[in-house]
Amino acid sequence: MTHPFPFSAIVGQDEMKTAMILTAIDPRIGGVLVFGDRGTGKSTAVRALAALLPPIRAVEGCPVNSERLEDCPPWATVGSTRIVTKPTPVVDLPLGVTEDRVVGALDIERALTRGEKAFEPGLLARANRGYLYIDEVNLLEDHIVDLLLDVAQSGENVVEREGLSIRHPARFVLVGSGNPEEGELRPQLLDRFGLSVEVGSPKDIAERVEVVRRRDAYETDGARFLRRWKGEDTKLRNRILAARAALPALATPEAALTDCAELCVALGSDGLRGELTLLRAARALAAFEGAERVERRHIRRVAPSALRHRLRRDPLDEAGSTARVLRIVEEVLG
Amino acid sequence: MSEHPAWVRARLALSLLAVDPCGLGGLWLRARPSPVRDRLVAALSALPLPLRRLHPAVADTQLYGGLDLAATLAAGRVLRTDGLLGTASALVLPMAERAPPGLAARLAQALDARAGHCLICLDEGAAEDEALAPALADRLAFRIDLDGIALAEAPEPVPEREAAAARGRLAAVRAPAEALADLARVAHRLGIGSLRAPLLALRAARGHAALHGRDMGPDDLRAAAELVLAPRATVLPETGAEAPPEPPPAPPEQGEGEGAAEAPRLPDEILLAAVKAALPPGALARLAEGRAVRAGGGSGSGATRKGNRRGRPAPPREGRPDGTQRIDLVATLRAAAPWQALRREAAPGREGLQVRPADFRTKRYEERSDRLIVFVVDASGSAALARLGEAKGAVELLLAEAYARRDHVALIAFRGTGAELLLPPTRSLVQTKRRLAALPGGGATPLAAGLKAALEVAEGARRRGMTPTAVLLTDGRANIALDGRADRTAAAEDAIALARALRASGVPALVIDMGLRPERALATLAQVLDAPYLPLPRADARRLSAAVSTALGG
Repeated sequence: MTHPFPFSAIVGQDEMKTAMILTAIDPRIGGVLVFGDRGTGKSTAVRALAALLPPIRAVEGCPVNSERLEDCPPWATVGSTRIVTKPTPVVDLPLGVTEDRVVGALDIERALTRGEKAFEPGLLARANRGYLYIDEVNLLEDHIVDLLLDVAQSGENVVEREGLSIRHPARFVLVGSGNPEEGELRPQLLDRFGLSVEVGSPKDIAERVEVVRRRDAYETDGARFLRRWKGEDTKLRNRILAARAALPALATPEAALTDCAELCVALGSDGLRGELTLLRAARALAAFEGAERVERRHIRRVAPSALRHRLRRDPLDEAGSTARVLRIVEEVLG
Repeated sequence: MSEHPAWVRARLALSLLAVDPCGLGGLWLRARPSPVRDRLVAALSALPLPLRRLHPAVADTQLYGGLDLAATLAAGRVLRTDGLLGTASALVLPMAERAPPGLAARLAQALDARAGHCLICLDEGAAEDEALAPALADRLAFRIDLDGIALAEAPEPVPEREAAAARGRLAAVRAPAEALADLARVAHRLGIGSLRAPLLALRAARGHAALHGRDMGPDDLRAAAELVLAPRATVLPETGAEAPPEPPPAPPEQGEGEGAAEAPRLPDEILLAAVKAALPPGALARLAEGRAVRAGGGSGSGATRKGNRRGRPAPPREGRPDGTQRIDLVATLRAAAPWQALRREAAPGREGLQVRPADFRTKRYEERSDRLIVFVVDASGSAALARLGEAKGAVELLLAEAYARRDHVALIAFRGTGAELLLPPTRSLVQTKRRLAALPGGGATPLAAGLKAALEVAEGARRRGMTPTAVLLTDGRANIALDGRADRTAAAEDAIALARALRASGVPALVIDMGLRPERALATLAQVLDAPYLPLPRADARRLSAAVSTALGG
């Protein structure tokens, strides 16, 4: 399959799509976690996002996609000095991946055949300035999770092993997806995701039919389908670019800050990451919608995504955290 | 003997797979090893793809290819092997129910990539909760259950002669505009959440039409619904989600008819009837009970073994670097060192160290999951009077044993309005004894609060790689609800709800009734917890300890 399913052709799932667009506008929001049933288009959306993202400029052949020549890590032998345009990296982190593959390790090939001590960069290096996508993130092994947390926190990957001592930047947006029935995610990792969305299969028959129809059209005559949606995708990409440009100038009134803080206090979320993410997401949404300042309606819209995974778990709460967030949002913002 | 209906479907599924192996994803064959299964597996050779066998423990280098170390060393230049996923093939995965989630995820990715693969999962799951990983099950069009078919009912499948021609016709098959909508609607009414199901059904219908050399018609749709949708159904067709518990023999024409009215060509009801006919009798009974037939529940093969603490290094061992293990460089060099003189003589031209595959040593870590016993002790007034002393004694005895086995112990006491974690998971015997001796008694019985605390401790411990077990010592008369109100009914409900949560989280438990008379509420609680229930009316500390040891398996 050469080209992924177009992002704008995904039917429904507005919350998921919005969350992904927001992280594309402001990567500091810090990633999206998509939890939901099988066959609801989680993987499709992530792969579609990759094709939608604007390309980045990077040094040709640099293993960590450095923007400028002087940023290239000293251990890398970058032959070229040209700056090229390449698609935003979206790196898949498969389950059962080894630590070596994630952080990088001694290049066994070169060590054994040429007797050289060289570093073979791992997935974290490739994901720098891009996206790291973990399907079934809740099944990932704990020690890999610890490692990811550490790197996501510091933005730098430090390798101290097998006689190597190497560091390189690793700033990426984490995108995880999974099915909650198969296992929970540790709270520490949950907190690290900026936004979390829950997706379900659409209940509406017409919507379901439309999903199936589009998918079938894509599979039977991909080229025609892609041509049809190309315009929409380009429009969306331009909107993302415009929102990125508008973001610095966006006004954040005092009232918005107060709203965010009040919401987080009322929900009893731990730490201040909730406020920060909520505000950033609201700003990104305002920029996306072309507003001049952050308003209450922006905060209201992103509140469930930004906060629902930061609540303390209540084993007896059957309604789920979404309902709790919505209730509190109603109470606080009126 | 006439042919078994399930076998007819199996043969049809095979024929369709031969027409469109990649688009249909594959086949999930649930059967114990038997001549019938062998017959079907032998017929797989009719697929237009080379057959390749996987096994549940297949390594990444085998799947994706990688460095061929032995050949590389011998040749002195880099040589790579081709992975199993490198070329389009029909992958046969025996013992599919044992496939770890990691493998399932990678195979699912390979199927999603549409690189021409087709996956045949041979699931030999014996128990209900052993089944193929749901991520894979969702992507395979067909599910066939061969249990209960006699060999005489399963005639040798004849390879479809039309298959190659049908493959050519596949792209030209025209589907009626409403076909997709019909299938989607029927899937929805059968309670199939995943949207892959109607898509796969449509592909199956297209293959069926191509096989018969015609445009897609009602017969094709019916066959597809039978093959693809029926095994995935979770609700009885005619009643929708709020199915009444009685098995309704009512004809499907009496359905509510939502959305079906405007479908004159092939009413949904006919498709539904086809699906119903294809449902195995057992499934219908289960559906009638209101339980969904779930492909692989929460546990079974889908369950992860939680990561352990890294463990202490164990002696390195011979092994190939296959991507899952790390080479112990020092040990490898040490193994290679004594041979250098000899090898240099044998291969005089080569520079540098001569390492052969036999020298490779891989790092090993000893991983052992420590057990944590969470004692949840009722220190309420009613229990305190009679039993607290014995309970303390028993816990102390168990502690001594735990100490010998290097188990961890945590102690939670509940009394008054809440529970208190007296001792977070520890191995310190002295500390535990001190806290235990100081444990005061008296007050009401907030059983729910105690269970909640146990759940929190157990989940925390599990995240640190321990295997928790809860031991509940109480006389069972819960009278304080979770929110601190003195309300017997609410208290009992809360306790049951938490017991359910504890069981759902998979923590094994043991309930010891310390009351003077066995308490029925506690037996119920133990049932909900799926835990052994030990009424110990005249227990002394030693008997209690022996009982716990036995129940915990030593």
